[in-house]
Amino acid sequence: MLRNKTYPFYFTLLTLIVYTVFLVIPGIMGFYYSLTDWNSYSSEINFIGLDNFKTLFSSGEHYMSYVYNTLNFTVSTVVLKTALGLLLAIALNEGIKMKGFHRVMVFMPAIIPMLVVGLVFKSVLNPATGLLNETLRFIGLDFLAQKWLVDVNWAFKSIIAVDTWKGVGYIMIILLAGLQSISKSYYEAASIDGANIWHKFRFVTLPLLMPALVVTTVLNLLYGLKVFEAVYVLTNGGPGYATDVLYTAIFKEFSMGRYGVGTALSTLLFLFMTVAGYFVIRLMTKGEEQS
Amino acid sequence: MNKNVRSVLINGLAWVLSLTMLTPLLLIVVNSFKTQTEAAPMKLSLPTHWEWGNYSVVIEQGKLVTSFLNSLLYSATSTILGIALASVAAYIFSRNPTKLNKFFYFFLVLGIAMPINFVTLTKVMQYTHIINTQFGIIVLLTVISLPFTVFLMHGYIGSVPRELDEAGIVDGCSPFKLFYRIVLPLLAPVVATVGVLNFMNAWNEFVLPLYYLNDSGKWPMTLAVYNFFGQFQVSWNLVSADIVLTTLPVIVIYLLGQKYIISGMTSGSVKG
Repeated sequence: MLRNKTYPFYFTLLTLIVYTVFLVIPGIMGFYYSLTDWNSYSSEINFIGLDNFKTLFSSGEHYMSYVYNTLNFTVSTVVLKTALGLLLAIALNEGIKMKGFHRVMVFMPAIIPMLVVGLVFKSVLNPATGLLNETLRFIGLDFLAQKWLVDVNWAFKSIIAVDTWKGVGYIMIILLAGLQSISKSYYEAASIDGANIWHKFRFVTLPLLMPALVVTTVLNLLYGLKVFEAVYVLTNGGPGYATDVLYTAIFKEFSMGRYGVGTALSTLLFLFMTVAGYFVIRLMTKGEEQS
Repeated sequence: MNKNVRSVLINGLAWVLSLTMLTPLLLIVVNSFKTQTEAAPMKLSLPTHWEWGNYSVVIEQGKLVTSFLNSLLYSATSTILGIALASVAAYIFSRNPTKLNKFFYFFLVLGIAMPINFVTLTKVMQYTHIINTQFGIIVLLTVISLPFTVFLMHGYIGSVPRELDEAGIVDGCSPFKLFYRIVLPLLAPVVATVGVLNFMNAWNEFVLPLYYLNDSGKWPMTLAVYNFFGQFQVSWNLVSADIVLTTLPVIVIYLLGQKYIISGMTSGSVKG
């Protein structure tokens, strides 16, 4: 066929090869290496069956709490960023002066490295000298001042809050773009039919904003499951193991040379995300074909 | 009247929001100009005396020149390589949607969801002899940018009319010349968007060098600032100055190219 001559497949080979070698193959290798005792102390690698997974699922270890934390982080940030982002987008949709300035400011945290955000908030959330507690004390709300990143009850919540601070602007801007693409005539028609604000939100805004909401949710989900820097910089899993998530645990296993267990954890995540990703990506590429 | 109250409220909310985003960054900027003792409580007050010297101390002690050049090298080369590899693949997948090409397009884009297995990737890096090398980091940064870049470009190429290709074929262009002389220039807008985004992502990358670069002389700015923080935790004035210098390049790029960045980061997602 002429098409195959004009647009030859081999043009894509280099792209496919590097992608496969450095992203897909390590993922697949994980299935084998998670069944071995691979570690940094011996050069021999022995097959040990499901022992690593037994370790992961045994009650004496912390691994299940890492899985729980990762899911907790993912669900919390998805809900917080979406709810806050939507609320702010609706509030700020119309009648804002200096729109450009606010847009630049609100989006700013999204482009700053998470590492820097983490360091900044290590200072802001410092129990003794941090800006947050100082401000709370200054306005007389002493009882609200907490040992944010040190207290077991607050550390994980603080990480979620910092991550929401960084991500909410981005989500808001996406939703704002979605809101502005909704034609005013729908709202006018709804008003004629006697709809109140809630009805307009429920039956006009929400359905028409659905595509954008699906996208932001997918973005937040993928990000949340892979979270590393936010936790690594703010608490490094502490106090104790209270705030460790999957990727920080994998890094710790890696640093300790326990590659087998690290791979097993990684492989669980790989399996879950690739299967879930299969359906999400199919949805994304389908939508593209139609448009 | 009612309208005025509403307007004041909304604009007030907008200002509160903007200030919430700005204040933590401002805090770092003012403290970067203080002395060590004045910066210790990390207050949001202007310095009594502006210590410009903090910056030269940081540049020397934090090896910022080397790490700045490293970051620049990694970000620029991986962006260019990524765009070259992604655009040609997206072009073929979009123009010639055979069963095989559709499958490989899906396979590539699936990478958006696929998490990296850093542990086994170490083995691959050892086999290919690029572990702890600058080239190795460039390769990895390029590879992780591919899935999303291919996805964005695929969508864009679909809207570039095919008639131009046909004109090129009639004029006797070879397949490769057709791509880089006729189609690639038409992709300029999406290349600009993707280029800025990928450059910033590469600049902000922390995890890959953390795993695969042991040699501090090869560290990018993110890793250098983290290490500097570890050493100088008590000197928040210096840490602040280091943070400012690390973040400045991204902020400058952001302010210059914010139209591309915001529209690129949102349009790519709203479309789906």
